[in-house]
Amino acid sequence: MLRLTLGLVTVFAFSVIIFSTFSFLPGDFATEILGQSATKSAVKALRAELGLDKPPVTRYFDWLGNVFQGDFGSSFSGRSKVQGDQGDRSREVVGLIIPRLKNTLFLTGVAAMLAIPLSLILGISAALYRNSYYDRSATGVSLVTVSSPEFFTAYIFILLLATLFPVFPTIATVDEDTTLVERFYRTALPVFTLTLITMGHMMRMTRSAIINILSSEYIEMAKLSGASRYEVIVKHALPNAWAPISQVIAINLAYMLIGSVVVEYVFNYQGIGRLMVGSVYNRDLPVVQACALIFASTYVILNLIADLIGIISNPRLLYPK
Amino acid sequence: MTSNNSKELLLEMKNIHIDGFSDERWHKILKGVDLNLYRGEILGLIGESGAGKSTMGKAAMGYTQPGCKIIKGEVNFNGTDLAKLTEFEKRKIWGTKISYVAQSAAASFNPAHRLMDQTISASNRLKINPIDVLKKDAVQLYESLQLPDAENIGDRYPHQVSGGQLQRIMTAMAMSPRPELIIFDEPTTALDVTTQVEVLSAMRSIVDKFNTAAIYITHDLAVVAQMADRIKVLRYGEEVEEAETRDMLSNPKEEYTKSLWSVRSLIKPEETNQDYILSIKNIDAAYGSSKVLHNVSINIPKGKTVAIVGESGSGKSTTARVITGLLPQLKGEIIFDGKKLSPKLEQRSKEELRRIQIIFQMPDTAMNPRQTVDEIIGRPIEFYQGIKGKEREAKVIELLKMIELDETFLDRLPSELSGGQKQRICIARALAANPDLIICDEVTSALDQIVQEGILKLLQKLQKELGVTYIFITHDIATVKAISDEIVVMYQGEVVEQGLKSKILNPPHPDYTELLLSSVPEMDPDWLTNLLNKRSS
Repeated sequence: MLRLTLGLVTVFAFSVIIFSTFSFLPGDFATEILGQSATKSAVKALRAELGLDKPPVTRYFDWLGNVFQGDFGSSFSGRSKVQGDQGDRSREVVGLIIPRLKNTLFLTGVAAMLAIPLSLILGISAALYRNSYYDRSATGVSLVTVSSPEFFTAYIFILLLATLFPVFPTIATVDEDTTLVERFYRTALPVFTLTLITMGHMMRMTRSAIINILSSEYIEMAKLSGASRYEVIVKHALPNAWAPISQVIAINLAYMLIGSVVVEYVFNYQGIGRLMVGSVYNRDLPVVQACALIFASTYVILNLIADLIGIISNPRLLYPK
Repeated sequence: MTSNNSKELLLEMKNIHIDGFSDERWHKILKGVDLNLYRGEILGLIGESGAGKSTMGKAAMGYTQPGCKIIKGEVNFNGTDLAKLTEFEKRKIWGTKISYVAQSAAASFNPAHRLMDQTISASNRLKINPIDVLKKDAVQLYESLQLPDAENIGDRYPHQVSGGQLQRIMTAMAMSPRPELIIFDEPTTALDVTTQVEVLSAMRSIVDKFNTAAIYITHDLAVVAQMADRIKVLRYGEEVEEAETRDMLSNPKEEYTKSLWSVRSLIKPEETNQDYILSIKNIDAAYGSSKVLHNVSINIPKGKTVAIVGESGSGKSTTARVITGLLPQLKGEIIFDGKKLSPKLEQRSKEELRRIQIIFQMPDTAMNPRQTVDEIIGRPIEFYQGIKGKEREAKVIELLKMIELDETFLDRLPSELSGGQKQRICIARALAANPDLIICDEVTSALDQIVQEGILKLLQKLQKELGVTYIFITHDIATVKAISDEIVVMYQGEVVEQGLKSKILNPPHPDYTELLLSSVPEMDPDWLTNLLNKRSS
């Protein structure tokens, strides 16, 4: 309960930071739209229409109030430059974001399905055969993948699997009509990239969490009571390692979402990351704010889930004395 | 038991050599020890820490800790040499034919599983009996170990039961597959004396009941005297001597064994006065919402030693924390040398802080491992007395001489000292502030008996020379007898009684003092039997 409140407070604090950061940005959207030659009165009118003339605090609470009702405002772009023009093509931010968010969640979801089990299996087996060649090569390779930036990994994949051996497409453009199989095929490379950049960290943390627990007395006790190596790891070490492992998974899932900004750009994938980059470019404040808030909330929610797993997997917290 | 049966050899360890790897090199831990154990017999293995007794106990299972290896020797169990078996083959013996009871039950149970599942896990591996039969049997074992609510205690998790109960459940776990041999590795060391009695009697009766052979490892002679048929003394990885328990107690042959016996001979004549350096009055204190001290009042006469005794959870260490200001009291006051001390540490003057020092139980964790002895002792000199440079060094050397060490120790790090030397350095650090009152919080409990004696002698000598007052917090009655003038008995956050040593230790006692004193094991092998008879009548 306390954690839940704390999570809400964090999201709230984020919203303040996000909002104020964009308010402090130099330049003004009204002049941006209307161009340098715009008359002062036109700029003023547009500012009034957008609500930019109100003090920041009022604007913040207006925005926050609307966000609570699921209304992120209207996008600035697509707005007609001529006041009163009936051909206003600006779109609701929500309508703009949701399909993109779905795409991103699909991408990261598939990557997570791949990365989490793989890294758990690799991490546990590396801990099991600690200091073997298998362990050393697994930890070594994972260090390389963690250290290389996502765009680099992405280009390596393009080079290998799209150019030299053209198995997968380089461009992962999808739309609403794309079938599921087609989607898997087209998003293969971005999924691989996201999997690879997060897997190393998760695998290494799983390995070290298990190894840490392997040195505790109850593990020695388990061995002395005749438990096999597999039993020691899976029955005795793993249940006590869920808390740290779920923490690191949460961080990596969030990182995947953020990492998708770059990856989506590289593969030209219509996700929320690309949308955000584009909107920053256009100074489309409502969209950028909405995206940032979504990213921040994801972090908070994922960490909350990890904390919950930590509590559920620990009888000391679940059943107090 | 027929004499023929009793002489059937179960375990024969021959010429065991074990090396351990630490500090970048291999050390010899065991240097050719033999051991014979007959069916149904209990062998006591005693020695100080580092004697190799635990290593020997584990080697009896053919197991060595990571970083150790068996260099030479045979471990013949029922005619099979365990040292030659593969891991896979050994696992068929571990937990089922030979089981192990560890020192710290709290750390040795897996926190994630229920106690019942852990109790029967080894016997379940045998696949002889179905799970519900095993569970029923486990409940019976719980009952014969006198565990409360034997029917349901297995459904709990390890953190939900007390240390003494855990230790008994671990014995049940060891007994569940009806092994031929149980290794008890210091099973009661972490327990209070009052709990220890219950656990000892439970373990002894169950081992008798199933006629299981056992190796009982401990550093406490009085405890091993209650448990073992035979005793083997180890030192520096070698055997000192071995004899039947009664023979060894009445007639030890080797000098070293005699010295183990004589440790408890330290005696101090009691003295007291009405000139109190510290009085705490009607103190209440709490950690968060749980209240741990109730109306505690203690007077500490100047230049004397007051021992505070009680089992864990009695509030003795909390009292020390209140006196030092680490835990501000909720109610009551502390008068130090005629002046009232403010409850909070931050509000006390440097002078007040200087005059009260504390020495902790674990010298290992009480010193910064990256600081040399010179820095550890020198800092309080500089901080409290403002002495620097050459003068400071001279002062450090003077303190080292006081604690019977010399200037060759100046550049050493804590890791290069033995346990006793570390505790001496901690004493010097407390002395460096030139205090009037030193609180010794279980300062000898982590040390071996011979080293303990040295530390206690040193503390007495320093008191004579410097006139410093001690508050001596301990659960060990032998230490109390050796060092105190007055004794305060605490139980569940309250003072049971305070008075001169002779008054507290001699009858009549309040009920709790009686229980506490009678639970202290004595060197008499019949002590436990007599005590249990007396208590049940």
